Formats: sequence, structure tokens, C-alpha cells
Amino acid sequence: MTGDRTPEQPSTELVPVESAAVRKPQRRKKVVLAESKGSRTVAHTMVELEEQTSVDEHLVRSLVWAQFRTSFWMAVLLIVTIASLPMLFYLFPGFGDLMVFGIRLPWVLLGALPYPLLYGLGVWYVRRAERHERDFVSMVDR
Amino acid sequence: MGINVWACVSIAFIVLGTFYLGYYGSRTANTTRDFLVARRRVSAHQNAAAIAGEFLSAASFIGIAGLVLKNGPDELWYAIGFTSGYLALLLFVAAPLRRSGAYTLPDFVEARLGSRGLRGIAAVITVAIGYIYLIPQLQGAGLTLNSVLPWAPDWLGIVVVTIVVVVNVLSGGMRAITLVQAFQYWVKLFAICVPAFVLCVVFAGSGAPAGSQSLSADGSPVFTQDTTVTLDQSVKLRVERAIWLPEVHGVVNGVRVDGKAYWGPSEQEVAAKTSLSFTAGTPVPMVAGAVQDNADWLRPQSGGLPDLFNTYSLIFATFLGILGLPHVLARFYTNPDGRSARRTTLHVLLLLGTFYLFPGLLAALSRIYEPQLLVTGKTDAAVLLLPSAMIPGVFGQVLGAIIAAGAFAAFMSTSSGLLVSLAGVVSTDVSRGRVRDFRWSTVFVVLAPLLAALLLRSSDVSLGVGMALAMAASTFCPVLMLGIWWRGLTWVGAGVGMVLGGSMVAVALIGNIVSGYTGNWAPAVLQQPALITVPVAFLTMIIVSKATSRRRPEDVNRIMLRLHAPDPLGFTRDRDVLRFGEGQTDGRHRRLAIRPRLRSRRSSSSA
Repeated sequence: MTGDRTPEQPSTELVPVESAAVRKPQRRKKVVLAESKGSRTVAHTMVELEEQTSVDEHLVRSLVWAQFRTSFWMAVLLIVTIASLPMLFYLFPGFGDLMVFGIRLPWVLLGALPYPLLYGLGVWYVRRAERHERDFVSMVDR
Repeated sequence: MGINVWACVSIAFIVLGTFYLGYYGSRTANTTRDFLVARRRVSAHQNAAAIAGEFLSAASFIGIAGLVLKNGPDELWYAIGFTSGYLALLLFVAAPLRRSGAYTLPDFVEARLGSRGLRGIAAVITVAIGYIYLIPQLQGAGLTLNSVLPWAPDWLGIVVVTIVVVVNVLSGGMRAITLVQAFQYWVKLFAICVPAFVLCVVFAGSGAPAGSQSLSADGSPVFTQDTTVTLDQSVKLRVERAIWLPEVHGVVNGVRVDGKAYWGPSEQEVAAKTSLSFTAGTPVPMVAGAVQDNADWLRPQSGGLPDLFNTYSLIFATFLGILGLPHVLARFYTNPDGRSARRTTLHVLLLLGTFYLFPGLLAALSRIYEPQLLVTGKTDAAVLLLPSAMIPGVFGQVLGAIIAAGAFAAFMSTSSGLLVSLAGVVSTDVSRGRVRDFRWSTVFVVLAPLLAALLLRSSDVSLGVGMALAMAASTFCPVLMLGIWWRGLTWVGAGVGMVLGGSMVAVALIGNIVSGYTGNWAPAVLQQPALITVPVAFLTMIIVSKATSRRRPEDVNRIMLRLHAPDPLGFTRDRDVLRFGEGQTDGRHRRLAIRPRLRSRRSSSSA
């Protein structure tokens, strides 16, 4: 399956719009960019998936489950890292008096550090979710 | 008077820029799809800037800094919660929501659960959340204009913002405001980071003003110079250490006072329009509820167990609330596919994270330079007034004007996003969803919040946003989470859960307003109801859905496939196309489309 990886490259099998319009002005053609060779098999797979044979239903279920598991564990990771801070500050008040670079540690922990962490989690998640999707496509695209 | 000129210029610049971009963006907007979903062609980066621009409302731009000034670093959880809310959106909602092909949130509900009645309920809740969110935005605009131009009445800012936003939305709907909101994100980032850098440099260069209390010292901040404060609203002041006031004019504790006053450690009820004078070195008496001691203020979680509860319910409400906000979700329908919806959210995390580095910084500087705001309780104005308090002269005024422009951009971008999503819902659910209907809906929808903003009393700008988040978290959040990830959800379960969750939050909101007028009796649970209402809504939906499992949509497997299938497989069916048609495509193709028609007309007339 190559169709989803290189959408930037337009297919070389374009129907030239201008000449078609000059020669046969009656019917307009639908021009589809960037859905190359794979499209016929995909259409085939689509019909199969929509008909929901038991195998395909299993495939879809396992995709949803895999995606949910990823999301869920990411959320847990987020809760463990960030949402534990208030408890930490509450249980160990002395922790709030530490200094980093002349600034109180809690202000650094609350004011700046969460954002790179959140972005990093986001990047990681997107990678994994897209990997699940690629796996699914290559699995159904027999 | 210099600040008036600079602030006028900068606000006028923002208003004109907004008008121009709205006009520019709406040149080719002529179909329902343009107005509802910007024809689903907005790139991930532009959409991310638009989402960040829409989301960074008054609450973020001036509200968070004001709250930190009053209560310390615990209020930074607002910023963290908002950003992690977007992470939750990325994890659980973004791509499947786009792949559903829906064009409004009620439309998603119908697409997933197949019930027109439920769609109606969802529409009502969307409008409710939109109104709760919109009113503080408009009031904030009044406050901002009032703090930079003292002669401007509160209604002026409200009316100006309403007019700008309505004109833009009328001209091009989502198509027009996409560009506007993206522009306004960069305006806001500029307007907060440039003053923050300059003020930090000034602070590093000159140090704290002479006589000020160090932020880590025990004891409250002190006035660094003789200060006279005139109160706009009546406040309850807590005095920790005895102070002399050389001049008081007005009503204190119900007694008329003109002249000197001595306040021992006590609580003083000071009526509106009272003016209080303080000499330099006097500890600042603060509105009840603010953290008095600088050392306590600097430390997180200094308020004990109730504080911890508040922090956690705040995190909870923001984390789950963001992924149910209709006007934020509306922007995700404008992406071309699920993958770009994900990329958009990722980019939003970056943009929001950059912005939120600054409010805390500005709040700390405000605590040193503007203790008088803690007397009046108008801490929302802290960021706006900080530059002129730190740098006297023209330079400070210019910086103040930049911040005012940013704040104004905040009101306009958030209100326009809200208005578009509301008009989209009303025009497609109440009337037939033509462009004409969209325009009428816009005018109709804006009237109620405009009146409410003019008549209701303004409380802290963040409270309204908090309530809207709680409402979203207890209605749409469970519907989306369960609808996307659980086959078992039925429309009965979703309906009962949404109505129950929504009405519980509505009761809390009304209770809060009533208690605000009758002596602040509302307990903390009423101010932060999400910790109770969200689990109730989730449980209700699950239990009722289990009980009515025969009402599951028959094609639930196909719907799940559509929500989760990767984009290249091409399962996404845009429901707006199904309902309203493709409409005209852009200019080049439209000409091509007209030509055959002309030709056939010519041939028929010649024949």
C-alpha cells in the first residue's frame, strides 16, 4: 500500500482537463489527485469492510481497541506525571521552598515544565496512532 | 491622557485588521459549506493557529494573571488544565470526530446515535454552553476598554466587540473567521510576550521598587508610595495588621467616614465609591479570599485540604471540559481529514504552551508593582495596568496599549468562534441551513447574550468560563467519549445523561448567581460542580444504555468503522455535502461550470 504514504506526489495518470474540455465539452470528468494505484483495491476492501464479514468486523474491533489502549495509557501517563503535582506539594510543603535558577521550583514546575511534556506526549501519541492505522491499512489491503 | 491615544490607536488597529481579514477571507464564501465548515479545506497549521486564537479568551489573557496575583501559583492549573484538555482532545476525540463527517456537534450526535430528538437536545445544550461562555467575553471587553480609557462606559466595549464580530460572521461565517482567528493568535502572543520580555528586563535592571516587600518575605505586600484607591464596587477587606489611613471618604461598615481612620486587625465592609488613602509602607489590606502573606502566596497548596480539593476539581473540569466545547470542536470539522485533525491538535499544544509561559510571570510582577489592585479586587486589570505602573512615561503607555490590543483580540476571536458555532447550530437545526438562514441566525443568536452582558453584574471573568467547561464536561464529553469508543451507547442513555448532567450544572450556576446577590453562601461544590456532575453523567449514560440496549443503532459497526478507519480507505462521508450539496467550488471551476450552460443556452436560442 503506497497510496497513504506519498500523497504529495500527484499521479502521472491525470486526465488532462483542458484537452478533454476542448474535445468533449458535454461531460465533465472527475479529476482525483493523489489517489494512485491503490484506489481500486481500496474500493474493493471498502465493500468487504462495509459488508462486515466476521473477519473484517474483528479487524475493525481490534483497531478500535488498539487505538483506545494507546489513548488510555497516554492519559494515565499524563495523570501520573502532572496531576500528581498538587498532592506532592500538599504532602511535602518543604518541596515548595527549593530554588532552581533563582526561581522557586513550584513556579518552574507549574509555569513552564508541563508544556514541553504535554507536547512530547502528543507527538508520541500521534506517531503510535498513525502506526496503528498503517498496520490496519496494510492488513485489510490484501 | 497619553495612554488614551496609544490605546485608542492600537485597539482601532486591531478592529480594522479584523475587519479587513474578515472581508479578505470571505471573498469567495457563498455556500452553506463555506459558512459552516470553511469548505473543509483549512490546513493543519492554520487551523491550529485559529483554534489557539479562538481558545485564548479573556480568561487566559487577563484572567489567569489576575487570579495568580490574588491566589498564588495554584491558579496556574487553569493554564495547565486547558492545555492538557487539548491533549485529551487529541487522544480521544480529534480524528474520529472529523471522520464522522459531521458539521456541528448536534449533527455528530445524530450521525452516531440516529435520533432527531436527541439532536434537538444537543442543539439546546450547545446554545446554553455558548451563551454561558459568550457573556463573560463581552463583559470582559467592556472592562478592558474601561481600564485603558477611563471615560469609556462599560457598554461601549461590549457594543464595539459585538458589532465587529457580527459583521465578520455575517460576511463569511467560518471562512471569514478562520483567517481572523489565526491572525489574532499571533497578535495575542505578540501582545503578551513583548511586554513580558521588556518588563522582565526592566525588573532585572532596576530591581524591585524601593520599600517593596520581597515576594518571599512573611507579611503582605506594602504600598511603595502614597496611594489613593477609589472603589467601584463594595468590597470586604481583611486587615491583618493595624493600619492608619490618613484620609477616607465614603461609607465603611455602614457608617459615613470623612477623615482619618484607624483599622485594627478586622474585616471592613467598604461601600462602593469610597476613596481610601494609604501612606507608603502601609501593608495592603486585601479583599477577603485573597492570599495575604507573600510567603504563603509564593508556595503552592498553602491552603490545606480544601485547596487541594479545589485544585483537583479544576484539573478535572478543564481536562474533560475542553473536549466538549462546541465552538472548539466546530473548528475541527474544517480540516480535510482525520489525520490533519490530529496534526492540528498537536500544533495547538505547541501554540498554547508557548502562550501560557507568560501569564504567571506577569502576575508575579503585578504582585510587586500593583498592590492596590488587591484592595479593589479588580485583579483582572493587572496585566493591562502593569506596564504603566512599572515604566512611567510614553514607553510604558505604548506597552500598555499593546496589551490592551491583545486583550481586545482575545474577546473578538473567542466571540466570533462562539457566534459561528451557535449560528451554525441554529441555522441547521431550526431553519433549513441556507446561507440566508445562517445570516439571520447570527443576528438572532447574538441578541440574548448582548442583553445579558449589558444587564448582568460582571464577576470574575474566569467564573463564566469555568461554568461553561463544567457544562461541556458533563454533557458532550461523555457523549463523545462513549460514542466514539463504546458500541453500547444508545440515544436514550445519551439523552438522559446529557439532560441530567446539564441541568445539575445549570442549578449550580443559578445557585452561584443567586448567592452572589444574597451574601455569598454558596459552598465550593457549587462553584466547581464538575467533580460530581461528570461522573454522574457518565454513569447515567452507561446504565441507561445498558438497560435500553435494544435501541442501539443497527448499523453501529459501520459507524464505528467510519469513525476509526484510516483516511486513505475513504470511508468519511461529509454529511454537509450529503445535505447541502457540494455547492459551487472555487472561482476557476465555477467559470468552467458556467461555460457549458452558456453554450447550451446560445445553441438553444439560435435553434
